Amino acid sequence: MAEVKRITTPLTKEMARSLKAGDSVLITGTIYSARDAAHKVMTEALDRGEKLPVDFTNQIVYYLGPTPAKPGDPIGSAGPTTAGRMDKYTPQMIEQGLSGMIGKGYRSPEVVEAMKKNSTVFMVAIGGAAALIAKTIKAYEVLAYPELGAEALAKLTVEDFPAIVAIDCDGNNYYEEGQKPYRKI
Amino acid sequence: MRTIEVEQITQAIAKMCMDACYYLSEDVYDALVSAGRKEESALGKEIIGKLVENANISKNEQRPICQDTGMTVIFMEVGQDVHFVGGSLEEAVNAGVAKGYTEGYLRKSVVGEPLFNRKNTTNNTPAILHISIVPGDKVKIKLAPKGFGSENKGALKMLVPADGVEGVKKVVLDTVRTAGPNACPPMVIGVGIGGTMEKATILAKKALLRSVNKRNENPEYAKLEEELLEMVNKTGVGPQGLGGITTALAVNVEYFATHIAGLPVAVNINCHATRHAEVEL
Repeated sequence: MAEVKRITTPLTKEMARSLKAGDSVLITGTIYSARDAAHKVMTEALDRGEKLPVDFTNQIVYYLGPTPAKPGDPIGSAGPTTAGRMDKYTPQMIEQGLSGMIGKGYRSPEVVEAMKKNSTVFMVAIGGAAALIAKTIKAYEVLAYPELGAEALAKLTVEDFPAIVAIDCDGNNYYEEGQKPYRKI
Repeated sequence: MRTIEVEQITQAIAKMCMDACYYLSEDVYDALVSAGRKEESALGKEIIGKLVENANISKNEQRPICQDTGMTVIFMEVGQDVHFVGGSLEEAVNAGVAKGYTEGYLRKSVVGEPLFNRKNTTNNTPAILHISIVPGDKVKIKLAPKGFGSENKGALKMLVPADGVEGVKKVVLDTVRTAGPNACPPMVIGVGIGGTMEKATILAKKALLRSVNKRNENPEYAKLEEELLEMVNKTGVGPQGLGGITTALAVNVEYFATHIAGLPVAVNINCHATRHAEVEL
């Protein structure tokens, strides 16, 4: 395990390229949450030639649908959802300028190709550590599609949000590297 | 004959929804702590440590362990001498789910129709309700909120008798490998063997409700559970799929009679947040 790298948003493509598969990172700044339904709506808008509610240039998207916030809290439990479900929409989103994605799980070859071409990094947060992760989220503001409820497009202010680089901009895959030494069958 | 007001069912279910989502069951908690001690990967060890820390926060602050508070699966055993009054049992169950998910700040993750408009029902109903009638005058309710990161990775294979134990092992292994990090390992794996197509999947789901430290009462199946666990932990998938020796905390197998021509096998995966609550009325 490499040392922890601290990054702040916006995440420039140059910074994205400096992150390597297996790195632990702590993210501070603004990130955006969107999952299945918001991705569908956004890519449909792009297909119609419309602009998105957010400029994703050098931004990070977090695949998240949080639980409702208890009174006085900025957000409820807030762990990552399965990234693969966004694969169908991801190359189009990457072309909008995304430099980072946070989720969990394997990505399709098409997504990895788009990541390599556009210097986009895929990071994972610990699935099921949702109450712990929520402690690093200081603000949550719905920006668009409020009718989607937990699936709305939202802006999150994070401080030292913990993630691990699973697939870097060169396509190196830490799922593969990490599992190899322990694979006995 | 014993009379039960359905309002009692509503209240019990509302509380169980919240409890199941906030409190990691003791057996799973202990299994995580023990797996953390044994894990050989430094990163894997750290991840398990975070999951334990997460469970502590959830318990102390009554927060959902995971943001996917699931679709609510309920197994209800109704004594045949029970008479429900005060309304429809099914409506009372769904009223309990709606109350629990709303008052408990749980995520509403259910859409009313799966294919065309996928509109959220906004109160997490309907629940998936399995009712069986048993002797006696008690009502036993087991409730398991089921997240779909892991649910999506389940599988059903209609094997033939000649496939035997090796065939069953291959189905489990293939399913775990395909699931990988998507199912948020360390997982708990429920396997249903026998019955018909739908019976096998229900058995697999029921298997997930059994404590992770309790083996099948049939020694042959208990041995199979141990062999399956050892096997999946050799895949290298590890905590969160980032490598290690803890891919699963337990494999629970349930079986049932089947047809002379068949060997149905269903695998239902749960993430570490194998949530369940149980009450008897």
